[in-house]
Amino acid sequence: MKQKLQQWKKNRYDVSLDNSCPGKKPATTISGKRIDELYTPLDLENFDYDEKLGFPGEYPFTRGIHPTMYQGRLWTMRQFSGFGTAEQTNRRYKYLLNHGTTGLSVAFHLPTLMGMDSDNPLAKGEIGKCGVAIDTLADMEVLFEGIPLDRISTSMTINPPAAILWAMYIAVAEKQGFPAEVISGTIQNDMLKEYIAQKTFIFPPGPSMKLIVDTFEFGAKKVPRWNTISISGYHIREAGSTAVQELAFTLRDGIEYVEWALKRGLDIDEFAPRLSFFFNAHNDFFEEIAKFRAARRIWAHAMKERFGAKNPRSWLLRFHTQTSGVSLMAQQPYNNVIRVALQALSAVLGGTQSLHTNSLDETYALPSEDAVTIALRTQQIIAHESGVTNSIDPLGGSYFVEKLTCEMEEEALDYIRKIDDMGGMVKAIEMGFPQKEITNSAYWYQMAVEKKEKIVVGVNAFEKDHEPISLLEIDESVVKHHLARQIDVKKTRNSAQVMQKLHDLKKAAEDEVNLMPFILGCVRSYATLGEITETLREVFGEYEEPIDF
Amino acid sequence: MTDKKIRILVAKPGLDGHDRGAKVISRALRDAGFEVIYTGLRRTPEEIVNAAIQEDADVIGLSILSGAHNVLFPELMRLLEQKGIEDIRVIAGGIIPEKDIPGLKKIGIAEIFLPGSSTKDIVQWILDNVPGG
Repeated sequence: MKQKLQQWKKNRYDVSLDNSCPGKKPATTISGKRIDELYTPLDLENFDYDEKLGFPGEYPFTRGIHPTMYQGRLWTMRQFSGFGTAEQTNRRYKYLLNHGTTGLSVAFHLPTLMGMDSDNPLAKGEIGKCGVAIDTLADMEVLFEGIPLDRISTSMTINPPAAILWAMYIAVAEKQGFPAEVISGTIQNDMLKEYIAQKTFIFPPGPSMKLIVDTFEFGAKKVPRWNTISISGYHIREAGSTAVQELAFTLRDGIEYVEWALKRGLDIDEFAPRLSFFFNAHNDFFEEIAKFRAARRIWAHAMKERFGAKNPRSWLLRFHTQTSGVSLMAQQPYNNVIRVALQALSAVLGGTQSLHTNSLDETYALPSEDAVTIALRTQQIIAHESGVTNSIDPLGGSYFVEKLTCEMEEEALDYIRKIDDMGGMVKAIEMGFPQKEITNSAYWYQMAVEKKEKIVVGVNAFEKDHEPISLLEIDESVVKHHLARQIDVKKTRNSAQVMQKLHDLKKAAEDEVNLMPFILGCVRSYATLGEITETLREVFGEYEEPIDF
Repeated sequence: MTDKKIRILVAKPGLDGHDRGAKVISRALRDAGFEVIYTGLRRTPEEIVNAAIQEDADVIGLSILSGAHNVLFPELMRLLEQKGIEDIRVIAGGIIPEKDIPGLKKIGIAEIFLPGSSTKDIVQWILDNVPGG
């Protein structure tokens, strides 16, 4: 076969190519990874089905984490959404739920993401812009008004103040009559990728890791259906990493969290089943599918072999996917619908558990209702019309996809070993290692586009003017309305109790005990997000980022 | 070109941490031969104006993705005017709706580069529009 292949390459492929496209360079993925013109059984010599793939729901889970996959249940269609006031976002959630979305995903505005109240001078111009404004439990009560929290699972994209917003959610559920044991959802709560890529940070890495392990410990005991972290490659990729860097840094982050939790003395099989992941679905179709499959295999090996986890649920890499924001273009924005559809399809073929599809207008603003509807319909068309859900892991066994999966696994493991040698991810971040790798990849890609080595339709090829599209506008009057509620809360709450609860929290932070019960005490007394964050900042200090470009 | 290199302050107002664009552009401008100072994240208009004065910048390049441009850019232009600074050109890029552009140009933002802009175009704009370029 080897000989036949060489003959075909020399006599047929190369000859034809020289005639039709003389001087053509070898193909590469969007990450710059070399792809061969043809894959054959020769690429899978010594490929052991049981060792590399197994059956769906069986170790090492390359073909999927559930035995039934989408035959049993479709992925959760979860559209990330939030803007303006709690009232406005509550209306959007009800709209999405009425149109077939099956889980909620909260986008907070930037001051909330940074643990600041809306009346902080730095919040000027930002209120309600990138998400919904939440300062106190009172805002959170309005946000989920009329939405039964025992039945709807909610994902919250929140990082440095994750423990505080989670406490607010638990408190709202209690007020609706549902104990913490029955609610389900996810907090992102992944600070490592913040230092690496998204740059939403408050405290230094050490205290951040401590707070995260507090949520693992509290969740395992009191909120058993909650994913206490969503270990995220999404933002690493958006910041410009390659697919392999996204895979490697995300899984090494996961390993770091496990190591810190074990150091606390937690039992791996108690917290590991609640670890979840979040990946990007970018443009290069097969590279993305291989990335998702490789991720499951690497994680299963790490959990079982590196950490000795016994509970099969600890071995599962469950993940959410969002299509790539950075791949969307301002030029000819309707083309973005097609990009999103292809990316979403790769996530489904890669076996995702939940999916957010971006809207066509997101290079300009938060999505309009029309745009978000098309994005949701894209998922429904994949689910109900395309037929791709009928057979589990339909690309399994493809010479190309299996070879690519193996190669990406190997390349990611090289990075993981390198970071192990540096002393772990916190050390690597302090050395600026992942940050620099990403900055270099981002620059390489930008130059490749400018040299037209990579084609972006409508940007460096097939250019054409387009009519402006209609966008969602955030009315400035929301600011007044939102701030009025905060003033009202501050007037009516028991100030002495708030002071006491904040004092208790500070003492607990100094004593290094689990902070979740104290944070719950603060939010129940209507302490503001900013007050709680400031209290912790006094004990934990602040992170200063080294600047390098 | 004169002996003195054009000095560019790349600044990141707004509370978001999306620094991919700011960093790619900083490096491209440096590779094009300019002197580049990057402020880092979450700078207030006041901090940016002060840094531009201190660094003797010829150009301020604002990168913003948070949606706060209509509040933060006028504040920055007001501070420049208040301090009597007329020779610094201010340009911007990021997530900015097209319909906001005329208003921002009216208050003195010289050019706005949207997603998909080439770093070459930005370099060329600076060479064409900044004295000494």
